[in-house]
Amino acid sequence: MLSDRVRTGPAGDLTSPAGAGTSKDVGKKAARTSRTRQPLSSRLKRDWQLLLMTLPAIALLLVFHYVPLLGNVIAFQDYSPYVGMKDSPWVGLSNFQWLLLDESFWDATLNTLSITAFQLIFYFPVPIMLAVLLDSVVRPRLRLFVQGIVYMPHFFSWVLVVTLFQQMFGGAGVLSQTLRNQGYDGIDLMTNPDTFIALVTAETIWKDAGWGTIIFLAALAAINQNLYEAAAVDGASRWRRMWHITLPGLRPIIILLLILRLGEALNVGFEQFFLQRDAVGRDAAEVLDTFVYWRTLLTGEWSYGAAAGLVKGLVGLILILVANKVAHRFGEDGIYKRS
Amino acid sequence: MTTLPPWAERPSRAGGLVKGLLLTLITLCVLFPIYMVVLTSLSTQEAVTEAGGLVTVPGELSFAAYGELFSGGVVSRSVMVSLGVTLVGTTISLTVTVLAAYGLSRPGSLLHRPMLFLVLLTFLFGPGMIPSYLLISSLGLIDTYWSLILPGAVAAFNLVVMRSFFMNIPAEVTDSARVDGASEFRILLRLVLPMSKGVTAVIGLFYAVGYWNSFFNAVLYLNDNAKWPLQVVLRQYVLQGQSLIVGQTGNTTIAGQPLPPSLAIQMAIVVIALLPVLFVYPFVQRHFTKGVIIGAIKG
Repeated sequence: MLSDRVRTGPAGDLTSPAGAGTSKDVGKKAARTSRTRQPLSSRLKRDWQLLLMTLPAIALLLVFHYVPLLGNVIAFQDYSPYVGMKDSPWVGLSNFQWLLLDESFWDATLNTLSITAFQLIFYFPVPIMLAVLLDSVVRPRLRLFVQGIVYMPHFFSWVLVVTLFQQMFGGAGVLSQTLRNQGYDGIDLMTNPDTFIALVTAETIWKDAGWGTIIFLAALAAINQNLYEAAAVDGASRWRRMWHITLPGLRPIIILLLILRLGEALNVGFEQFFLQRDAVGRDAAEVLDTFVYWRTLLTGEWSYGAAAGLVKGLVGLILILVANKVAHRFGEDGIYKRS
Repeated sequence: MTTLPPWAERPSRAGGLVKGLLLTLITLCVLFPIYMVVLTSLSTQEAVTEAGGLVTVPGELSFAAYGELFSGGVVSRSVMVSLGVTLVGTTISLTVTVLAAYGLSRPGSLLHRPMLFLVLLTFLFGPGMIPSYLLISSLGLIDTYWSLILPGAVAAFNLVVMRSFFMNIPAEVTDSARVDGASEFRILLRLVLPMSKGVTAVIGLFYAVGYWNSFFNAVLYLNDNAKWPLQVVLRQYVLQGQSLIVGQTGNTTIAGQPLPPSLAIQMAIVVIALLPVLFVYPFVQRHFTKGVIIGAIKG
């Protein structure tokens, strides 16, 4: 959720855990055999170096990932920074009651879900189409060149992406400028709440569609070329081959990513909305993450913000687990393997 | 021209044309904004006025905007902050990640499973903004650069990718070194790392980009304007259009010399934010698919 964790894009979300799952299984088998044979002291003697190496990372994760989880108790308190977590009065579930009665919370939820739905329809297919297009480029150098270009925006910050969009489509941007030169009125797409959802989707496409192709390109490369040859010999046209071989070859990964995206329905990203909230207005640009930010850090309603964050986190966790179950139903690994 | 497999007929002329146009269009969509921004940052006042905004046609070039930005002041300082955070952060992150990835790469080692579980569990939930803020503040890290580095120092994803890459290295290689009496640190340093240059470069880039782009943590944890990293400055002076008063950007200008146009200065900030990524990226890009993704899929 916090921004400086490196963004990995859809490819990353998927691939790593699959790898992790497999290696975990290997680990299980090996662990079982070694555990029965060797006493702790000799294992410690054998593995102390490995333990020592792992320690700093584990310590960092414990301190900065697990310890804050405890801080969520303030959602059940009337927390005041001056009194501290220990002495703030307990108020039970009243923060959550407030939250559920709060219209602006529901507005933010609705915005978040609409943006997810919109992006599912208009963003999700783009990397797939782009990957199929890139895969059809036969000249390797040209292909690498285009790939290099389309991956690039993934590494730009959201501030930069929003700034570039503003220069192109804002009130003083290139689009307006061109329109005015032609004698029309200029338009400012950056401050229009009605088209905001399309704007953020366009920004997401510009930034991440190219990067999203990596996973599909890998899947395409794994398709058995003999299938194409056999189909061609049988007289299947280019389109037929795409329909009957390419797309079925991509299907498992498409389904998996789709399910995982649904599990992340409440996470539309923070910075993109944070940056544009002022220009567009709260009604269109408030999502759950920005809701938590503005309600807490600016008004000092710590407990209330923590409650909102906790609800979002828990619902998100449930969604991920459900999505993962569904992925298993489809015979996929999901983000972790069924043990 | 590569040879096509015999069964694949050459693309039709029209099909090839459509595809070519499409690819050109996609490439331009990415490159054009960058081109305009760079060009504008290098333009003179007349060129900017004449274009009425961003400059598309190259004319007389001037480095005045960059000179102004780098003559000390807000932007120079924020660049130093961002560079420092990126260098220190990437060093810490990469070291810690490589060590842990190797430490966890031998199944069956002591505490291997619980520690791996601890790492993998972080995929499922984040720590939450408010509790994180409370932690950072109770550790006394508010208004320190550590608040930009430590909370995200270990990315579980990077660790797992690296680990699965290490696990693909044949055990015979490392085992023979062990038999020869090499310590684990030595094996990692002398054998495993040299075999993993590609993946290390990619993970390093991921971390570095994360630190260079760090914006929200700065907004959250830094109250002191003087400590702002570049991304926050970018938002303040370009996106929100707050004016850069002379003396805020740099020193007061030398008498008689006109200031560079403000749009050029703004775009120069954009370019400075872009530059490191553009610069490092080409060297690492070729490892993306090979190093990370394939390695991760194979597990």
